Amino acid sequence: MDAIVLGAWVATGLTLLIFSFLYKDNPLFKLAEHLYVGVSVGYVIVKTYDTVIVHLVVKPIVENGEIALLIPVAIGMLMLTRYVPKAAWMSRYAFAFIVGMGAGLAIPRTVSSFILKQVEDTIRPLLSMAGSDGVTFSMNLLNPASHLNAIIILIGVSSVLFYFFFSIEHSGVGKAVARTGILFLMISFGAGFGYTVMARMSLLIGRLTDLIEFSDASYGRPTVWLSLLTVGALFLLARRGREQPPDIH
Amino acid sequence: MIFLRRQLPLLITLVTGLLFAAQYYVPHPASEQMLTSATKWLQIVGGFALILGVTSLFHQHAVKIRRQEAGWGYSLVLYVGMLGTIAVGLWTNGKESVEGTMTAFGWIYNYMMVPLQGTMFAILAFFIASAAYRSFRAKSREAAVLLVAAVIVMMGRVPLGEYLIPLSGDVSSWILNVLNSSVRRAILIGVSLGAVALSFKIIFGVERSYLGGGKE
Repeated sequence: MDAIVLGAWVATGLTLLIFSFLYKDNPLFKLAEHLYVGVSVGYVIVKTYDTVIVHLVVKPIVENGEIALLIPVAIGMLMLTRYVPKAAWMSRYAFAFIVGMGAGLAIPRTVSSFILKQVEDTIRPLLSMAGSDGVTFSMNLLNPASHLNAIIILIGVSSVLFYFFFSIEHSGVGKAVARTGILFLMISFGAGFGYTVMARMSLLIGRLTDLIEFSDASYGRPTVWLSLLTVGALFLLARRGREQPPDIH
Repeated sequence: MIFLRRQLPLLITLVTGLLFAAQYYVPHPASEQMLTSATKWLQIVGGFALILGVTSLFHQHAVKIRRQEAGWGYSLVLYVGMLGTIAVGLWTNGKESVEGTMTAFGWIYNYMMVPLQGTMFAILAFFIASAAYRSFRAKSREAAVLLVAAVIVMMGRVPLGEYLIPLSGDVSSWILNVLNSSVRRAILIGVSLGAVALSFKIIFGVERSYLGGGKE
């Protein structure tokens, strides 16, 4: 059996085992679920070994003599002292190094990219000077850079920040601003939800496309045979579950 | 001993924190080189952090198998999947393909990992839909706004939606690019202010929970 045909059978089988969860939680799904975790962890281990140990440590040290790389290796080894209770405190050096470096790197970059840049993009000119005629105001909603959209974005950002951060009582004008913020938040959550649903639908279509492709005779019709097998197995499991008395402790 | 156990780690955090914060403001090749090396160092140390996580998983399932607890067979499947993938991956030097030909590791990726991962996330479509049915009933004005925004975005993302409601594509883009981005921007500013404050607290030793508990 050639590797692609075998792959089609395995991929179809695993897809159907996961789909069996739509009926109910069952041993077939649990089997595929644990296999998924195992294979994923194995994959990450191999990739990390290849990227970190081979390409970032061994090769630079052996081929280029970059002995300084032994320092992060030593820091990394300190992390493993967590397994030796008497020496566990030494792992603090590793965490202190990582956390300190992360915090140090984060401060200027976060201020620059995520605060100042975002504020700069929010507070844009609400009108443009165009030639000698004077000012222009573009109302095109479909252009995110239009002046009307700039005002909407300014209102959105200000009202959402007001809703989250201003710890004064939301009454009077403040209440109106906070409610505007809630409105923007709800639209954003709705949009995020809709977007996520469609992304999942796209994955579902991908899986169903594969199942349709693997129902072809050139693969030996794994979709047909394995669907029958899965349904049969679920039927047997359901029957066995009915026959066995409930486990009462 | 208290110095070694408690104060030296805080000193390391202070020095590395200030050093790498200052690095951003020094546009010198040596400073850039330091950042490149530090990024590499972080990757290497991160690799060791993975060992901590994986050994915890190893241990948890090994105990289950040894004691033959309920569902130990699934732990065995996990072990077989993990060790099999590691063995094949090391045998092929972690390469999915060599000169355009798929390796055994690539086979595992294409015919096991991708279908499992894709289907696992795909079934969420059904559960999201059922959750939406329960929670999207427009009980209040805010819920109605959320429902309308979600429906418009969903319609605008597929050809059928645009066919049924021709404006849905444009309105969907407007919601995503203008309304959604304004909210994301506000949240990002808030989160960033929090992150900067937390970073300062870590560097100056106010926040110490990352050092863990234990003696001293």
